[in-house]
Amino acid sequence: MKRKEQLLLASPARLLKEYPFLKSFFMQVPEGILYDHQQPLQHLLMEVGEEKSENQGFDTGHFLDQLDEFIHQMEVFSGMAEKTVRSLTILPGNDKSGQPENFESLQFEASTITSIVGPTGSGKSRLLADIEWVAQADTPTKRSVLINNEKPNPDWRFASGKKLVAQLSQNMNFVMDLSVSEFLELHAGSRMIANADIVIQRIIEAANELAGEKFSAQTPITSLSGGQSRALMIADTAMLSSSPVVLIDEIENAGIDRKKALALLTGEEKIVLMATHDPILALMADQRIIIKNGGIFKVVKTSDEERELLAELEKGDKKLQELRTKLRAGEQLGDSI
Amino acid sequence: MNLITISGPPSSGKTSVILKTAESLMQKGLKVGAVKFDCLHTDDDIAYEKAGIPVKKGLSGQLCPDHYFVSNIEAVVEWGLAGGFDLLISESAGLCNRCSPYIKEVKAVCVIDNLSGINTPKKIGPMLRMADIVVITKGDIVSQAEREVFSARVHAVNPTAIVMHINGLTGQGAFELGTLWYDENQKLDSLKGKKLRFSMPSALCSYCLGETRIGESYQMGNVRKINLEEKSNEA
Repeated sequence: MKRKEQLLLASPARLLKEYPFLKSFFMQVPEGILYDHQQPLQHLLMEVGEEKSENQGFDTGHFLDQLDEFIHQMEVFSGMAEKTVRSLTILPGNDKSGQPENFESLQFEASTITSIVGPTGSGKSRLLADIEWVAQADTPTKRSVLINNEKPNPDWRFASGKKLVAQLSQNMNFVMDLSVSEFLELHAGSRMIANADIVIQRIIEAANELAGEKFSAQTPITSLSGGQSRALMIADTAMLSSSPVVLIDEIENAGIDRKKALALLTGEEKIVLMATHDPILALMADQRIIIKNGGIFKVVKTSDEERELLAELEKGDKKLQELRTKLRAGEQLGDSI
Repeated sequence: MNLITISGPPSSGKTSVILKTAESLMQKGLKVGAVKFDCLHTDDDIAYEKAGIPVKKGLSGQLCPDHYFVSNIEAVVEWGLAGGFDLLISESAGLCNRCSPYIKEVKAVCVIDNLSGINTPKKIGPMLRMADIVVITKGDIVSQAEREVFSARVHAVNPTAIVMHINGLTGQGAFELGTLWYDENQKLDSLKGKKLRFSMPSALCSYCLGETRIGESYQMGNVRKINLEEKSNEA
């Protein structure tokens, strides 16, 4: 028997038992259609009738197709989720003038950081789009992307439940009117993960580690300070996002511990890409790529000498932070220098 | 010629997405034309012209915009064929969140934005439910978590659609979207005999015919009353 026929004979209650992920699908069905979860679907759909169908903008045949497809995709998705992304490889293409890019292959490993340097409009968005689309020499740059050193499964392009790249930028805001814990529950719910409570608690703890000022699970997300919001976004992306690659567009130097933030992401085995012009952030990376005229112009490994320089820069930065704290506290700054 | 219908709530970013995507298709040498359907006013035709895209605009005025769409799309297709376009893009705003001016066998795209709120996917009817491609915009200004929750909801409402995230400002993703919009094997020469994917709202009451007075005695035709008696979620 085809699955669609089997689905028709089952009740929503039975389907939920068999496929718990259907909860989110059923939630989006217009009110009143699945009014009794104990009745077979066939019966419920028969009762919809023409008038109700037109009123609700609901098509029963279409509904069944969508239900079948949803189950199919969730099964594929859970299969994909088991395969972790350990590395991304970029094979060279060309820049905006058609000149070939000057590298053999570029590797991004899990738990490593790559910084991306280049002015606005230089081609950062294009590089990111190539990764998101797992380009196969079929984008304007003609680059190709490999996942775990293999030609990737085309599902990466279209599977809506699993996108390769998560993004964090300074322009981002929380727009929902929820408390921190409600917000994280919602996110965990959409991912359908087990032991959500533990993960949520870990996220709040980690975010509080990153942010200077503490917040609680009951704090409304819209009233978090800039640093707290960023800390929560980073902790949430590290632990709850399904995307193996995280792109960060600068991290502001106030209200958040940047080193810990990056460590949190790499600790969760993310492949971290970071667009920045800040020497401290750029040197925290294992390598950096320089983008020019739409192409990758240069790939530079962070040298030992640069790491020493980083330590020095961090000292200066720490000093600046201390002064900032004193400034806030209303102290004189002169005697500390 | 290829025809593609694009709809979405007002201000969701339809025109920006179309312009960026059309740009990438024109760079490949395709000839793109557009028609913009709106209700009272639009300046989008100027934006299309600026981008070098021949455009027609249609304002429905006091008529239902989707009824206006379906009564005019055939003539617009003829205009597109006469213009020798490879791709004709029809853009219309989903004004009442109920309709989908989508045609069977004609690619349909719904554009919605992350700022519209996570309960929006459920509120939008066939316009979202029956689209082939759903484009989600404004992902650059909300958190990653909200983006993921929003796209999970969209997926639950319409699992068969391809969901794409497009940045209408930078154009990130537009090239990729363009590869889904144009199919060189598709040749449309008329809409004759084609059907809408879903019926449009049927309403013919005294107010459709210009009545302005309020009160029971002026209400005639297809009138429905709000249920104030008992607690109910039904419409």
